[in-house]
Amino acid sequence: MRLLVISVAIISFTPGFAQRAEIVKWKGLNNVIESKSGGITVVNFWATWCAPCVKELPLFEKLNAEGREGVSITLVSLDLDLDPNPEKVYKFVERKKLQSKILLLDEKDPNTWIDKVDPRWSGALPATLIINQKTGQRKFVEKELHEGELERLIAELQ
Amino acid sequence: MKRLFSIIAMSALVVGLVSMSPMKYGVGDTVSLFTLKNVDGKMVSLADYKNSNGVIVVFDCNTCPVSKAYNTRIMDLSKKYGSKGFPLVAINANSPEESPGDSYEEMVSAAKRKKYDFPYLIDETQDVARSFGATNTPHVFVLKNQSGSFKVAYIGAIDNNSRDGSAADRKYVETAVDALLANQEIATTKTKAIGCGIKWKE
Repeated sequence: MRLLVISVAIISFTPGFAQRAEIVKWKGLNNVIESKSGGITVVNFWATWCAPCVKELPLFEKLNAEGREGVSITLVSLDLDLDPNPEKVYKFVERKKLQSKILLLDEKDPNTWIDKVDPRWSGALPATLIINQKTGQRKFVEKELHEGELERLIAELQ
Repeated sequence: MKRLFSIIAMSALVVGLVSMSPMKYGVGDTVSLFTLKNVDGKMVSLADYKNSNGVIVVFDCNTCPVSKAYNTRIMDLSKKYGSKGFPLVAINANSPEESPGDSYEEMVSAAKRKKYDFPYLIDETQDVARSFGATNTPHVFVLKNQSGSFKVAYIGAIDNNSRDGSAADRKYVETAVDALLANQEIATTKTKAIGCGIKWKE
């Protein structure tokens, strides 16, 4: 028994323990998009079933790990659009040990909120929105990002 | 004379700008008559449908989970509207290099396995998808036949619930086609949905 408690404690406090994805409605996502942080907000839209999304996730994780001042990263999973059970996302986040902030958007009727994210977005995944919260300037990309592109887009907004 | 020159210069500038921007159809635009290869090896042209009321064009593929979720609904649309002179045509534009499950061979076997009663065309060059401005799968363009020329009447999603068609309370494509068949205005001509981005060639 004591062994079990110790092992649980070790597992829980091991650095690299994954984030817990938080289920949110539109308001929760909008709070991120309209955060008055004054910094740079990076919002990536993905799903576990989207191969190019999964491929580009390490780029966001790397940026997150760098902990750049004023740069905040949020990964928004749209898995609930197809599957009401969040378990698959939880397991994925756990397995990949994702460290960035993760939201699971639980909203019906995508046609009512896709334009609110950005009118340029068709709804295709992957998609990434980068906002300079000080100037309000935005970059929106609807494709898989490659090494260096994220940094370049952020630099263009700074 | 000076004025004439400035008009010419202005026109040249406008023409230049127009040709620079990528072609992309909007609602009301007339589409060019594409010809693509079907899964039976034969060529299918939009011109073949000159006697129909219109065509439901669906940019689709084998692999996308959203397409899979909508597969039965797409087959049902074909059954329902094919008999009403409003046939469905599916087009796969995904690059097989980027998405091997969407190769021509895989399309042929998918169409056989699912007993598609509609053409499933391959857009190898991706030119048709580009000219339509298709972005994701499934992405629908409802075309109205106006004496042999096809005008875009609706662009977007099939309905407003990818997860469960029976729970969708807005059936966009059905509503649009029903309106066209009844000679009425389409209330919602553009919608968006979460989908898989089309796998463009690198």
